[in-house]
Amino acid sequence: MLYFSKSRIILVSLLTCFFIFIASNNILDPSKRFFNKKINLGLDLQGGSYLLLEIDNTPVIDQKLQNTTTLLRTYFKDNNIRIKNLILNDQKINFEVSEEFIEIAIDILNDENSDINPYYPKFKSHEFDIINNGNFLELSFSRQGLVELKTSSQDQALEIVRRRIDEIGTNEPNILKRGNDRVLVELPGLDDPMRIKSLLGKTANLSFRFVSNDNQDSFGVEKLKYENDIDEDFVSKRIILSGDNLLDAQPRMNNQTNETVVSFTLDRVGAKRFGKATSSGIGKQLAIVLDGKIISAPVIRDTIASGNGQISGGFTFQSATDLALLLRSGALPAPLNIIEERTVGPDLGQDSINAGMFALIIGFSLVIIFMFFKYKIFGLITNITLIVNLILLIGILTLFEATLTLPGIAGIILTVGMAVDANVLIFERIKEETKIEKNNIIAFDSGYTKSKTAILDANITTLLAAIILFFMGSGPVKGFSVTLGVGIFTTLFSVYFIARLFTSIYVSRNKNKEGLI
Amino acid sequence: MIKFNRFYNKFNILSLILILISLLLLIFKGLNFGIDFKGGTLIELRSNYSKINVKSLRDTLGQIDLGDVSVKKFGNDKDYLIKFENENKKENIIEEIKLNLDKSFGNNFDLRRVENVGPKVSSELLRSGIIAISISLAVMLIYIWIRFEWQFSLGAILALFHDVIVTLGLFSLLNLEINLSIIAAVLTIVGYSMNDTVVIFDRVRENLKKYSDIKIFDLTNISINETLSRTLITSITTLLALLSIFFFGGEILKGFSLAMIFGVVFGTYSSIYIANTVLVRLRVSQKTILKDDEKI
Repeated sequence: MLYFSKSRIILVSLLTCFFIFIASNNILDPSKRFFNKKINLGLDLQGGSYLLLEIDNTPVIDQKLQNTTTLLRTYFKDNNIRIKNLILNDQKINFEVSEEFIEIAIDILNDENSDINPYYPKFKSHEFDIINNGNFLELSFSRQGLVELKTSSQDQALEIVRRRIDEIGTNEPNILKRGNDRVLVELPGLDDPMRIKSLLGKTANLSFRFVSNDNQDSFGVEKLKYENDIDEDFVSKRIILSGDNLLDAQPRMNNQTNETVVSFTLDRVGAKRFGKATSSGIGKQLAIVLDGKIISAPVIRDTIASGNGQISGGFTFQSATDLALLLRSGALPAPLNIIEERTVGPDLGQDSINAGMFALIIGFSLVIIFMFFKYKIFGLITNITLIVNLILLIGILTLFEATLTLPGIAGIILTVGMAVDANVLIFERIKEETKIEKNNIIAFDSGYTKSKTAILDANITTLLAAIILFFMGSGPVKGFSVTLGVGIFTTLFSVYFIARLFTSIYVSRNKNKEGLI
Repeated sequence: MIKFNRFYNKFNILSLILILISLLLLIFKGLNFGIDFKGGTLIELRSNYSKINVKSLRDTLGQIDLGDVSVKKFGNDKDYLIKFENENKKENIIEEIKLNLDKSFGNNFDLRRVENVGPKVSSELLRSGIIAISISLAVMLIYIWIRFEWQFSLGAILALFHDVIVTLGLFSLLNLEINLSIIAAVLTIVGYSMNDTVVIFDRVRENLKKYSDIKIFDLTNISINETLSRTLITSITTLLALLSIFFFGGEILKGFSLAMIFGVVFGTYSSIYIANTVLVRLRVSQKTILKDDEKI
């Protein structure tokens, strides 16, 4: 079928023009156009930081189990169920129930409306698994309970990470969940991630507690170090005020002492509590504890009822700014560890673009020259197809705002190299056909028909490889699979619509010429 | 017509030897895994100070306890690549290195690229890389099985194994680094080699239907010759594209393009000398494909 209907020719031309228009967005300024999308550059091309953070959920799990232990104790006590030997050990809660209450205790824990052991209808599972062995009961996190806990701490972590990064004000950060205990942060244009890394590395758990001078009392007191890692103090475990009660925090200059401080504003509940504590504790030292370390422990001189206060601790302006930022954006539910980091400076990114583009131009030119010498007029047709193919490929990437990476550019160059394959298969087949068939039109027609299965098979295999790579690959490599995969579709389109159109025009004008190809 | 079939036996022996050597290399010498798969830290530096050389850089870095550090030039005289495993898991190690370099050489260094991969992530990446390659081989096997008969499927998959193993063997021999982009290259090689094999198989099947009196030994030779010029042209244009990536695409793409260049060469060779010889050795005949048609 070498015949092309007029409507089809118009449709193909329009489509090509449309993609030329879209592709040109990447060179011309598209801001005034109705369609102003552009190809996104990957972090490896525009420069930026990729950070993969893992949430260390151990403290959250421990805390939750600790709370549940307390809850169990009071609940059973309130309901006059005698239990003994309640201990939390190795992430398991163990206790013994007297004979007559064991059935009731199990019923309470297995109740679908249980307050202690919440039931998740969507998972058909309780938060805790219960094993009973005679009068002994053991509670541990069920699989779904653990998933639920991780998901919720991931949600919180994501929110806090977003707030912290927004506070710093980088452009268009990308913050995503990965699995159920990881957060991925992509920061385009950021070439020195030191500050962000140190900000994300802090849990920022703030508490105000009294310093206890009673060294004998070991139960309600813990020994904490100061920021300098040398001095220590005994601090009460009872938290007067935590970071949750903070409304605002700002770095300030204290005019009297000429020291940089962080001033804070408390919410109503916090202000009330703070007022009460400061009025009853005049003369005592109030420790300000951040992530298990004492920042400072000033002596209370006066009642502070306004809900405003200051934290001093030998800050530089930078460290005061960072602490204020951390306090404003809230505490992380659990510590975050950076388990993967990839940072590319903007000038390396630009170098990569330049090198990639240069390689594309050279590769493209070499292929075009080779094809012209090999096939002359049909080489020219192939080359036109190749140019259209490239425009379509860039156009589609633009249309979907795909992310172009350095391996992605390699994928485009490789597409150029492999795209001629389909045309070559057709032309070689036609060459064979012209040996037995004198009528050029019939020979061309059967050349197209007979090469079809081989072309299809050959392209599907490459497409399969690209699809697998897309799902298994990460980051820049994914960009490669995208350009390679999209390249296959644009190749097939340009070969069967563009190249065939030109071929049919040329062949129908030279029906009887011998040695056409 | 070139008599490819004259050398079927000789090249089969050669391929077996190549595979054997590659396997021995992979087992005893192993692969040079980059930080993607081994974990560790990589820093790409650019200096604008002529008196810096690899030795002075190494000495400066030696003052910090980094464990095993490798310092290499990267493409030109100004760029250096530093790699270490960061076994002590020091935090802020990059800051420390930067301070140390600034102290020794003045502020003459730019950190152009920093990559830091933890042990957990690197083992995950390695696992998913191996899974990706295995899946791709399995998918190709199934695809050819659906499109052709099992003899063809076996031939194609043996050719793929050959390409993947020999390419990796060559990487082991030359001590070239295996990173994420090499996995991408291997998968693309799988696609390319398959593509090449399928085109010839397509012709073999067509000829099997056409000529009932020609033995598979000669039939494969005819098919190879008929598709030869396409095989060569596509290999050449693909190689032209790859060579331009290798020479002009920058240092980061060097390993990737090199792996692909090896792969295209092996892929072209294997579709002629492995895939087809399997058909010959399995005595594929017109019956093989007709039986299948009758089934349908």
